[in-house]
This record gives sequence, structure tokens and C-alpha cells, in this order.
Amino acid sequence: MTDIWEGLVQAVLLIITLDADLLEISARSLYVTVTATLIAAAIGLPLGGWLAVYRFRARRGVIAVLNALMGLPPVVVGLIVYLLLSRSGPLGVLGLLFTPTAMIIAQVIILTPLIASIAHQALRELWAEYHDLLISLNTTRRQRIVTLLWDARRALLTAALAGFGRGIGEVGAIMIVGGNIDQATRVLTTAIALETGKGNFALALGLGFVLIAIAIGVNLAIHFASRTEVSSRW
Amino acid sequence: MVKAQHLPNQTPSILPLKLQGACVKRRGHTLIGPVDLTLGRDGFTIILGPNGAGKTTLLRLMHGLERPSAGRLDWNVPEVQARAHQAYVFQHPTLMRRTVVDNVAYPLVIHGAPRALARARATEALAQVGLSEHVTQRASALSGGERQKLALARALIRRPEILFLDEPCASLDGAATRDIEAILNRAHANGTRIVMITHDLGQARRLARDVLFIYKGRLHEAAPADTFFDGPATAEAQAFLNGDILL
Repeated sequence: MTDIWEGLVQAVLLIITLDADLLEISARSLYVTVTATLIAAAIGLPLGGWLAVYRFRARRGVIAVLNALMGLPPVVVGLIVYLLLSRSGPLGVLGLLFTPTAMIIAQVIILTPLIASIAHQALRELWAEYHDLLISLNTTRRQRIVTLLWDARRALLTAALAGFGRGIGEVGAIMIVGGNIDQATRVLTTAIALETGKGNFALALGLGFVLIAIAIGVNLAIHFASRTEVSSRW
Repeated sequence: MVKAQHLPNQTPSILPLKLQGACVKRRGHTLIGPVDLTLGRDGFTIILGPNGAGKTTLLRLMHGLERPSAGRLDWNVPEVQARAHQAYVFQHPTLMRRTVVDNVAYPLVIHGAPRALARARATEALAQVGLSEHVTQRASALSGGERQKLALARALIRRPEILFLDEPCASLDGAATRDIEAILNRAHANGTRIVMITHDLGQARRLARDVLFIYKGRLHEAAPADTFFDGPATAEAQAFLNGDILL
């Protein structure tokens, strides 16, 4: 209990004093996760719409695989991305290992199935509602997907936020591909892991509280900016 | 007046529509058919029949929402071209999660109209169906009658050559039904061919120029309205008009 209290005090102090390290680590955490979430959403949302609208032989199998990939172990993703980006790997020539870009790549792989799967669930229900109307209006398949994405945008925002939530708290993959290098690839989660390893529990908890505050803050900001609750009664 | 690209070309006519031995089967069970029928260029056709007779399946088949399992369905033009000149109003109108005006503007927008022009035309269309006060409201905030008027405005905005309606006045009160009928009569007077299902015999008598009577998936009778109501040719149609229960 004392550690938790001390952690809370430490977190307040770090924030009040605008600790330079904290600001840098927090900014990098946000940069990596927001970028990864945007890329994963750009891939996952249309993929969810495509799976909702198109009928093809392997569709159920693809959906089952996508759902299974939601539980993809981040450490395994990190290992695979590490092997791909390492000097001897097929993409080693790009020199991306131990950079924020490598961390973004790993997070995109983790977040895309999650966002696509949640989006598919929401769009499948809306497609069932719109199916006859959109066929009757002689729309193309592309128009159907665009219409579903637009009309379900609030539900899809929730999918993107779920992706952000998973990304901001992720440690296994980015630790492996980022290397937790000070001033280069250290983010809040890897810093927490480092401080815990050093037995510096108060600072680790302080960083943890900052991480929670950022996650909640981003969610609330988007929630209010998009007026999710106010306009939810469609 | 300059022809807008987002409105379908009016010539040649997509009608007549000919069904020859058309059947709809599902899992080996015949829902309707075989149906032989020709819908000419002008008319206000009412489809009558007891519940489960196959009225909605026939309407969906004609509109292309169902594929014929057997037989033929031929428009006067290729089917792709014919689809652009049709509209359908469902019994329970599907409201898009948009404002009233954006619901009505949608068919124009997807066919290439600039959004501002589409909204302007949708606003005019809403005025014609008495929904001027609701233009910027969410569609879900409308009452049952208003929802059906929205669906009608959306269906008519591209000036379809033929309009299919599946019980548009079911569960509406008298005033809303009167308004919907006025809109349909106006659309018909402006040249739209109408094919409509109703359970309301009074409404059928008020609107029909000709009647299709469906029973157990078969077209039992196709006749001018006066002929049908004065002396139906089949015992089933007579029983239906008498209000008897048809099993």
C-alpha cells in the first residue's frame, strides 16, 4: 500500500515538475501508438467492411483466423519482426531494428486483426440492416463498404480506441524490436519494466499512473470530440 | 432543362416487364411460381392475397432482390440498365444513420451528384412529402408515417420509371395513409408506374387500376380493378374479397 501511495506521489511530482525524461518517453509512446493505430485502422476498417459485404468461399475461414489473430502473442510478433528486420533478415538492409519505426511495424501487426475484427462485428450488423436498401439503390460494392464505414463511424471509433488501448499498454513486442534504448526507443511500458527490474517500484508505479492517465485522457478526448454519447441514438 | 448526369436516362422505356414461368424456390420448396405476367408501361397495380401467399417474394423478384430459380424475367432493356430506373419502398423503411435530408440525398450522391445539389433537391423532395420541418433532424427521430414519407421521397428522387411498394401504409393511421396515397397518386400522375402490395381492400379499391391476386404462390388472377372487384374469376379471390379465411 505504501508503494502505491509513493507511486502516486511520484507520478504527481513527475507531472508537476514537467520532468524532461517523462515528457520525452510519453511523447514517444503516443507517437508510436497513435501512428500504429492510424495505420492499423486504415487497413483494418476497410478489411472489416470488405468481410461484411463480400461473399466468397473461404470467408468464414478468414473471419475465424482474424478472430484468432486478436489473441496474437505480442512477444511472438516481436520475435518475428525482429528476425525480419535483423541484419541477417530479409528486411535487414532497411536498418529499422531498434527504431520507433520497427516498434510501429510490430504494433500494426498486433492491432490490425483486433480493429478489423471489432469493425467486422459492427459492420456485419449494419450490413444486415442496409442490405436490401443498398442493393435496391443499385450501389456498387465499393459504395456499400464506404457507406457502411461512414454510417458506423462511431462504432468504428470504438474499434480504433480498443486498438489504441492495446497498443499503448503493449510491452513485449516493442521491447524486442525497440530494445528500450534511452533517448531512442524507450517508451512508458518499457521504462516501467526497466524500473521494476531495478527495484525502483515508486518510479515504476509513477510511470504506470502516467500511462493510465494518458490512456484515459486520449479516450475521453476522442469520446467528447466525437460526441459519441450525445449522438448515439441513431 | 439540362439533363443531370445523376438522373437516369428516360429513353428507351424499361417496360414492359415480362415474367415467363418464373419461380422462386428455397431449399427445394417453391415460394412462388410458375408466374406468367406482363407489366405494361402505364398502370397502378395492386397485389392482393392472404398472408404467406408470396406477394412480397413476387415484388422482390420483379425488383431483382430475388433471383428466379426457374423461368425468365425480362425487361425491355438489359437488366443492368433497368435497375437504374426502379425504386422499392419496404414495409419497414430502412433509415440510414444520417439526417433526414442526407437519407433522401443519398441516391443522388452515389450516382454522382454534387453533395450541395443533392441536398437542395432532397430538400425540395422533402417539401413535396410534407417533411420540410424535419430536414436537419436525425431520421430515427421521425414517427412511423414520417419514416414512410422519407422512404417515398428517397425512392422518388431519381424519378424512377417503376416504383415497387410493399405495404407502405401497414400500421399507419388514417391521416398518414391519406398523405401517402396522395404522394403515390401524384407520382403516378407524373408518369411513374406503380406496383404495390396492400392488405387494405379499401385502399386497393381507391388506388388500383389493375389487380394481381396471389394465392399459395400462384398468380390466380390478373385483371382490371373494376372487373376484379365486381366479379372475380376465381373462387379463392371471391372468398378473399368476402373476408373469408383462406387456408
